[in-house]
Amino acid sequence: MPDHQPPIIRASQLSKRFGAHAVVREVSFELAAGETLVLLGPSGCGKTTLLKMLNRLIESDGGTVEINGQDVRAQRPETLRRGIGYVIQQVGLLPHYTVAENIAVVPRLLGHPPTAIAARTTALLTRLHLPPERYAGQYPHQLSGGQQQRVGLARALAADPPIVLLDEPFGALDPLTRASIRREFRELEELRRKTVVLVTHDVTEAFELADRIMLLDAGQIQQLGTPRELLFRPANEFVRRFFAAERLALQLRTLTLGDVFLDLGDEVSTGDQGYLPAYSPNGLTSSALTAKTTVHEALEWLTGPTPATAPFTVPQLMGAFGEALQREEDAWKR
Amino acid sequence: METITALFTFWHDQAGKLGEQTLQHLGLTAASLLLAVLLGVPLGLGLSRQPRWAPAVLGLAGGLQTVPSIALLGFLIPLLGIGPKPAIFALFLYSLLPIIRNTLAGIQGVPPAVVDAARGLGLTDGQVLRRVELPLALPVLMAGIRTATVINVGVATLAAYVAAGGLGEFIFGGIALNNPAMILAGALPAAGLALAFDAALGGVQKLSTRRLGQVGGALLVALPLLGALYLLPRARGKLLAGFSPEFVGRADGLPSLTKTYGLTHLPNVVLAPALVYEAARHADVDVIDGYSTDGRIRAYNLRVLHDDRRVFPPYYAVPVVRPALLREHPELVAVLAQLDGQISDSVMTNLNYRADYLHQPPQAIAESFLRRRGLWRAPRPAPADAPVVRLGSKIFAEQYILAEMYAALIRGNTDLAVQTKTGLGGTTICFEALRDGAIDLYPEYTGTGLLVLLQPPPAVVDSLGGQPAAVLNYVRTEFRRRYGLEWLAPLGFNNTYALLMRQQQAQRLGITSVSELGRHLRQ
Repeated sequence: MPDHQPPIIRASQLSKRFGAHAVVREVSFELAAGETLVLLGPSGCGKTTLLKMLNRLIESDGGTVEINGQDVRAQRPETLRRGIGYVIQQVGLLPHYTVAENIAVVPRLLGHPPTAIAARTTALLTRLHLPPERYAGQYPHQLSGGQQQRVGLARALAADPPIVLLDEPFGALDPLTRASIRREFRELEELRRKTVVLVTHDVTEAFELADRIMLLDAGQIQQLGTPRELLFRPANEFVRRFFAAERLALQLRTLTLGDVFLDLGDEVSTGDQGYLPAYSPNGLTSSALTAKTTVHEALEWLTGPTPATAPFTVPQLMGAFGEALQREEDAWKR
Repeated sequence: METITALFTFWHDQAGKLGEQTLQHLGLTAASLLLAVLLGVPLGLGLSRQPRWAPAVLGLAGGLQTVPSIALLGFLIPLLGIGPKPAIFALFLYSLLPIIRNTLAGIQGVPPAVVDAARGLGLTDGQVLRRVELPLALPVLMAGIRTATVINVGVATLAAYVAAGGLGEFIFGGIALNNPAMILAGALPAAGLALAFDAALGGVQKLSTRRLGQVGGALLVALPLLGALYLLPRARGKLLAGFSPEFVGRADGLPSLTKTYGLTHLPNVVLAPALVYEAARHADVDVIDGYSTDGRIRAYNLRVLHDDRRVFPPYYAVPVVRPALLREHPELVAVLAQLDGQISDSVMTNLNYRADYLHQPPQAIAESFLRRRGLWRAPRPAPADAPVVRLGSKIFAEQYILAEMYAALIRGNTDLAVQTKTGLGGTTICFEALRDGAIDLYPEYTGTGLLVLLQPPPAVVDSLGGQPAAVLNYVRTEFRRRYGLEWLAPLGFNNTYALLMRQQQAQRLGITSVSELGRHLRQ
């Protein structure tokens, strides 16, 4: 986390009550440019309310939100929102607008020139695997759920806002579509430069996408930290229990080859390719394995359909993984 | 088949009138619809923002919808007078409910996610309304306008009752004259209009949201234009007459009046019989038809124009009895004769006024009249086995009062018991009751006896020449011969058709008779 940069979003002591019920209680956090924060928690924990207070779809009862050092209440809410991308679970495409018109909503509000809007729409659709010549003129009801959500994402990105808010964007999709869109999402160059706040109740999704996770319960922050911190350094019993069911899967996804093989040799390349590409039909070469490859990915690769040659076997990998877990456990107890 | 031939003949003869009425009908419908859209849509939008008011507002609009249309028009007349104002206002009230309800339902039917997303993108509240909510609510809103239109085309036929014109004029004239062809002449075009609007708006509803928006805009332009049809110039004269549909259609009503007096320069509107007096009172019209002893003549300070050329047949009130009653109780002859010639037109008008406007009971009115004439005797206690005299009356105040007078006279001067059977529907019911012996006596009018009960050939009616004595003589002879019933002596007043004007205006113009009215109009 680049601490030297000023935070792009700073929330302090944010609170919201609905009647007698406190939905969000004194939540504070800072977010640096380019960071992805996942708001995680059980239903009714206040994560959506917290998200909506950032673009003033819900007005807070107490506390402040600053974006680029400016209090959001100093500007008109519409102006604020036009500078922040917004995606929701139900997508909410305007049913009487075509795909292209939906994407053009915010740029038009901002008065961008039509030619620029058209070029941007084409580029976004192409990047999101929706060939513009086929989809630009279609209406939302003609699209599948996954396609609608891609258009929703394109619409949020159309005016190139520095911040994007996403409220369970993949929640309504079937598991296969969800996984593929999530992958596209992760690979979208557009998004990597942006500061993202994403709401989800899906733990796997949170671990896959987050730089940091804020785990909420009953409107209060239970823990705010990296996925690894939440997994191996739970702040309290709630945090521990929250991940109990999926602990092993999360650990496999969190620990990297660098973590388990402390004496990582030359066999595993540690180039600047800090990222293992998704499994493609072409298969992978061993040079793709890096210190940042997760154990889960390495395991998938080892046991995949293509016979692979690796500098370690499955038992070796799992043994090292077990030891690594023990080390983390010891470190925490000390 | 005959009716259909008559219908086409009627349309052919009245083509100009039919066109004018159709335009008026369209105008009324469009104007009221425009008002309802202008108020109902914003109200529906307001309710979508403040849903807790919705039950109250929809309940109120629904309540208005349940008020029978005639009654609603009746309520509006004291407030808005007669003419297009109450008609348009009533139609407006009827179209409010479907428009408010469908606007609200349309807005509420917009998926919340779409609104949430639109707001999240940075649309202002006004933009959300104009670009998202209204376009998406439009199909439902259009359905409401369609319902309202069809209701309005139907209810607008009632506008004829308040002198607002429209296709109802033919319908009510036809009903009053029992002329099916005339009823159809108005009813068929009205039904055709309703079906055409329904089909057209049904087609509009199926358009895409985008097209629908354009059509909705066009509609907002078209409605005032259609409404303006109503304002097309119509015949104007020095005075305006307001007549009941029956009077306009009857041979012995307006047609013979126009012929005899040459009232060619008297434009008229048609309205409900119950409303002609109100219309004159509020100076919506200047000349009306009415009945010469109506209590409202006094209440509204109207003047009966003297029928100096005897166009209207005489309707002198005369008690009709079963001769057996007089044979069994000869003492009744003198008792009943006490009222002979006692009640003039103005006296009867006054008595009717006390019943209709001061709401005094008929019995009290009868008693005070008899006291003033020195005819009052305290009722004698009738013996338990005393024979009963049964008195009948038709269902209006004048007849109630007369029945009570006879009852008081019989009770005060004889030992007979009296039973009154008042409110016997219409003429035929009273007459049949008397023939069957269910009643012994009821007051009837010479003109009614002649034209309704005896119905002699026109040549006979003409030969009587509207002479009161000749008519009474004829009905008396014929009733004796045909039914064995007896007409006694006239009470004095003549409750006939009359032309009425406001006293003040008539005085200013120096009009006391129909001839003078004709002369004034020709000047």
